[in-house]
Amino acid sequence: MKALNALSGYLRPVWGVLALLAVWWVIWAAEVANPLLLPSPQATMLSLWNGMVSGDLWGDFLSTVKRTMAGFALAAAVAIPLGIFLGSTERLYRSLEFVIDFFRSTPASALFPLFLILFGVGEAAKILVAAFGASLVILFNVAYGVMNARQTRLLAAQIMGANKLQKLRDVMFWESLPQTFVGLRNGISLTLVIIIVAEMFIGSSDGLGHRLVQAQMLFRMPEMYAAIFAAGALGYGLNWASLQVEKRVVHWGGK
Amino acid sequence: MANIHLAEKPATVTAGVVPEPVAEGERNGRTLEERLRWFPPNTHITVRGLDKRFGAEVIYDKFDLNIPRGKITSIFGPNGCGKSTLVNIISGLIPYEGGQILFDGKTLDETRIGYVFQNYREALFPWMRAVDNIHYPLKLMGVPAKERKRRVDALIESFDVPIDFSSYPYQLSGGQMQTICIMRALVVEPEVLFLDEPFSALDYEMSLLMRDRVQRIFQERGTTMVIVSHDLEDAVWLSDYVLLLTRKPTRIAEFVEYDAPRPRTDDTVSDAKFIRVKKRCLDIFLKEAALR
Repeated sequence: MKALNALSGYLRPVWGVLALLAVWWVIWAAEVANPLLLPSPQATMLSLWNGMVSGDLWGDFLSTVKRTMAGFALAAAVAIPLGIFLGSTERLYRSLEFVIDFFRSTPASALFPLFLILFGVGEAAKILVAAFGASLVILFNVAYGVMNARQTRLLAAQIMGANKLQKLRDVMFWESLPQTFVGLRNGISLTLVIIIVAEMFIGSSDGLGHRLVQAQMLFRMPEMYAAIFAAGALGYGLNWASLQVEKRVVHWGGK
Repeated sequence: MANIHLAEKPATVTAGVVPEPVAEGERNGRTLEERLRWFPPNTHITVRGLDKRFGAEVIYDKFDLNIPRGKITSIFGPNGCGKSTLVNIISGLIPYEGGQILFDGKTLDETRIGYVFQNYREALFPWMRAVDNIHYPLKLMGVPAKERKRRVDALIESFDVPIDFSSYPYQLSGGQMQTICIMRALVVEPEVLFLDEPFSALDYEMSLLMRDRVQRIFQERGTTMVIVSHDLEDAVWLSDYVLLLTRKPTRIAEFVEYDAPRPRTDDTVSDAKFIRVKKRCLDIFLKEAALR
């Protein structure tokens, strides 16, 4: 009985997936929607499987992963040190806050034309525009993490004789980590969004965004749905992976 | 009462300016009378002419205090009278507008102090194991790793407590965390140990155990201790002196001595002298609390 309960616990998230597939199948079988627009679940899954195994969807998938990782790494490498610096000099951050907030709130897609002019239609424009958008989200979170470092911990370090740099390195940096990870998780999701849109509109010959637009133009609906699912799996996977890293690194978080 | 010596503010202290530390020659150039006024025998910490304001509110105005050496002094007073403020000023955590504070005639920068916070959870570094928390102040002092390990091991041995020092703070109980905080403060062998309401975040049972632990540390080391307390029983039980403060602007209401022999035990609280001293403190406290 116990084992059965445990099993049903594990299976619980699966019910939702099965329900979605069932509803999808019923709608398709009853031909409620035009079957040209809504292929059957089995045709879509087959297309997803074939695309991943035979390689052309897999190749696009990998290109998107590479660009996302490059943009994200660039954003993190710039935003984390800068965020720590700005957060530790709060007055400087306050004077820059409006600018950071403004561009953080600007849709990154609005910057596509500018980045196209500045960097051309190659890889650089796509990666840089994604990195730009993500870096502001990360920067904002890191700076706030540093500014909200627990006062008691800073005082404890001070009384033990820590100088400014030691307080920054030994306390503020660690104190900011939980908030930094919030920024990193938001940042990686945002990077993926921008990269996929960039692949659609900034001249591209591969990537999930490119594939989606191609499938749309050629009216290959199962292929298009397969690409959507691949993008969904990628977003979910990136979020899941960053949560795992966060749990390991910020093991004290929330305790 | 010999320890309260409300000296006139020395000429070298100018209100509004934190004076330079007294130079050695100047100190020696003083007359004996002057020196005694500044450094009465058996005094460890001298506070002279302390001015502290929060905005327009005057907390301390030309406040003088002597804290005796090698004794436990508890600070007790009405809520918001500035007990913690006083300890935080002396230990350099918050700035003050005027006056001078010396430790054996030395400035704070020349003195090793330890400080135990009320909120142990927020005072420890949760990203470090318990043992690394204790190592940290030695690391800051630049003590080499080998020597550090020797000192930390010796300290752990002398404490003889059933704590897994390789665990992270959040894996420990409240009493264990506060013990780590105390060890972190003691590992540098401080000349003065400040404790700001060290037991008030613990449950009653644990607070009894911890005050006994603090007494044992004191008996073994004889370190001058200054404890802020909001529990009169704890304050009297642990202390050689209870410093009773008035409402703002804060003055010394009285400096009550309690010289019962150590180790004091659970029976101490039913001892006639303990009851008398506690009653005396309570009377002064109630009088001060009622004066509004």
